Amino acid sequence: MSYCRQEGKDRIIFVTKEDHEAPSNAELIADDPHDPYEEQGLILPNGDINWNCPCLGGMASGPCGSQFKEAFSCFHYSKEEVKGSECIDHFRNMQECMQRYPELYPQEEDKESSNQPQEKSASDSTEGHSLSPQTDPVPVSSPTENQTAT
Amino acid sequence: MLKCRSAWGKLAPFARGAATLQRQNVTRTGLTNGRTTARVPAAHMATWPAGGGQNHLYVLLVGATCVGGAIYAYRTVKGDQRRYQERIAEISSRPHRRAKEATAGLHAEPPAQEVVATAVAESEAPVDPPSEEPDARSAAPSETTQPPQADEPAAEEAPAETLAEEAAGRDSAQPSPALPWHAPYLLIGGGTASFAAARSIRARDPGARVLIVTDEADLPYMRPPLSKELWFSDDPAVTDTLRFKQWNGKERSIYFQPSSFYITPEELSNAENGGVAVLTSKKVVHMDVRGNKVKLDDDAEISYDKCLIATGGVPRNLQVLDRAGDEVKSRTTLFRKIDDFRSLDKVSRNIKSITVIGGGFLGSELACALGRRSQDSGLEVIQMFPEKGNMGKVLPEYLSNWTTEKVKTEGVKVISEALVKSVTCKDDQLEIKLKDGRLVKTDHIVAAVGLEPNVDLAKSAGLEVDSDFGGYRVNAELQARSNIWVAGDAACFYDIRLGRRRVEHHDHAVVSGRLAGENMTGANKPYWHQSMFWSDLGPDVGYEAIGIVDSSLPTVGVFAKATAKDTPKAATEKSGTGIRSESETEDVASSAAAPPTPAPAVAAPKDDYGKGVVFYLRDKVVVGIILWNVFNRMPIARKIIKDGEEHADLNEVAKLFNIHED
Repeated sequence: MSYCRQEGKDRIIFVTKEDHEAPSNAELIADDPHDPYEEQGLILPNGDINWNCPCLGGMASGPCGSQFKEAFSCFHYSKEEVKGSECIDHFRNMQECMQRYPELYPQEEDKESSNQPQEKSASDSTEGHSLSPQTDPVPVSSPTENQTAT
Repeated sequence: MLKCRSAWGKLAPFARGAATLQRQNVTRTGLTNGRTTARVPAAHMATWPAGGGQNHLYVLLVGATCVGGAIYAYRTVKGDQRRYQERIAEISSRPHRRAKEATAGLHAEPPAQEVVATAVAESEAPVDPPSEEPDARSAAPSETTQPPQADEPAAEEAPAETLAEEAAGRDSAQPSPALPWHAPYLLIGGGTASFAAARSIRARDPGARVLIVTDEADLPYMRPPLSKELWFSDDPAVTDTLRFKQWNGKERSIYFQPSSFYITPEELSNAENGGVAVLTSKKVVHMDVRGNKVKLDDDAEISYDKCLIATGGVPRNLQVLDRAGDEVKSRTTLFRKIDDFRSLDKVSRNIKSITVIGGGFLGSELACALGRRSQDSGLEVIQMFPEKGNMGKVLPEYLSNWTTEKVKTEGVKVISEALVKSVTCKDDQLEIKLKDGRLVKTDHIVAAVGLEPNVDLAKSAGLEVDSDFGGYRVNAELQARSNIWVAGDAACFYDIRLGRRRVEHHDHAVVSGRLAGENMTGANKPYWHQSMFWSDLGPDVGYEAIGIVDSSLPTVGVFAKATAKDTPKAATEKSGTGIRSESETEDVASSAAAPPTPAPAVAAPKDDYGKGVVFYLRDKVVVGIILWNVFNRMPIARKIIKDGEEHADLNEVAKLFNIHED
């Protein structure tokens, strides 16, 4: 059973697991997914890419930022059957650029893979120089921040 | 000309003498005229060599001499001024020359640069046509070949600009040695907020040219590991490499990016896709808001389109320490930068006893880090502060006391309710005398008593400084004035939810830096995403917090009993993240590296605050939340604060956190 104590202005409640089993009746305000103030995930409500997403780490802002943006935009808007198949040139440019900065972009075999953000987290090896997160596929992590807990 | 000069020189003493004589005559005449005329003849006899007719000639001679003397004096002063300017230009061109020689290998001839400097100085000097000066002989040709030195006080506006254009057009093979005196985005300060802004700007404005100016010698780095992870590293070379191991085994450097990420300031103007350049060891001393430019400590001027002030702050010192004399000062560390970490690491290995004054975040973390070290080295670690317990201004009393006990188990001698009265140095040891009479003897002091925000530019820029919180006063969009934003520790901003505040935490620097960068590229967003902070005090106590966490507010704490699974170490291992706030935004170092096995569980008394949630209330609304040994639930906490609702039963709100679960 929970037990409660008051120490001056501070109230202390101890609860057991059973006490917290019943779902909460606390009310939270529904979030507006189009709220312009909120931090956005990788894809903005209008479908554009959020280059400032923390999930991208330093990819869009580093020395190879413009090549990365071109390649990824091409991929994102690609309507081909094999998504991004027409973007090979862009990806090649990007890879060439990244090869010039091995410290920043540790060389991996499958840099040209179409799944850029996911791959970025995978490519963050023991060097770990860039600031990309090491969590799961990034398009998922950011939007969930603003969802209510159930 | 030289002959004339020497001739004048020879005449000079005579001229001066005559001039003084003439002055004396005049004054004497003036004085005596008002008095008895009887004295006049005698005075006359003494001063005037001859009477009557020869007067005119004499007057003429003396007058001419005076005029000659005046001309000579004027010429000398002007010549000296010119020589001084040349000298300064030559001196300031030397570091640039050296830098060029070091990096490029091939570059313009130093004498040519010097000549350009003098040439440009020449063109500005008001007196003397260049032909008179031997140095100016190459003025004409050099103007067309060399890009001028940017750090000429005189050499700024029109002459410099045209020279630059000529040089840029002509000289594509040679890298320009000059500073970029225009940066579209100028970031003052090279810390966390500045770097976050640079990233944000580059992400949103393709090809942006960003210049960071910092008075430190280091590239932007993160601060939290300096008082946590770096102390737990096994690597003996850690003070050089500044690398630390995160919980997932991955190592990283405290520098946000290695140097290859940045371009050099010289390349900035010409870089095809823009980039971020860092100008180190240069301090901005003056800001001209009307002219949109700043002046550095070496008199160079840089103009900007948009400017961010992210100057952070300097550690506060206790008055008693400040006044205590050099012997004490040399044994005191004010901890903030990489150099402070290096020197404290070195010092702590060679002494027997160290005292940390201050019971807040930094003081407690350092005390715990040093305490851990003391287990191997036998170092005595003392921590003293005026509050009743560690984090006394942050945690409610019961939690603060509990934390203090934990800190003690880390090997720290905690002296609470301690007010330092005086510090003296005796027999190579420091004696700290407390107000209640206690005496503490120690070898070294670390003062962690707060941060003084750096508002040096407020006066010259005409920016408002906040009297309650300190720092530059900015609006909800972090803007001080058009084209000027402030972020990080130095910004006193308006938080739409929580009111005006100034926050000194790492994540706030990242969040506010990002926001400032967004707003500098036209986003016009207010401060909305609430930043968080965290602290780890040993392997058993770790917490994350968000919002206003002030122990003077009424609190409601909901606790469950902690199991061995609820420690910072376990949290990171389970979620696979190396860094607690990674699951939030970006990589930031956090969790303390504990010994391989957690310390044996303290015998649980009835009130064991193992894990739980503490709500801080202001007018019945939750304004702050601490997640006590409960991790990866920050989004829920953020949501609750964002809603700003009055909740009747906070236990129901606490249910949202599932504190019993891992």
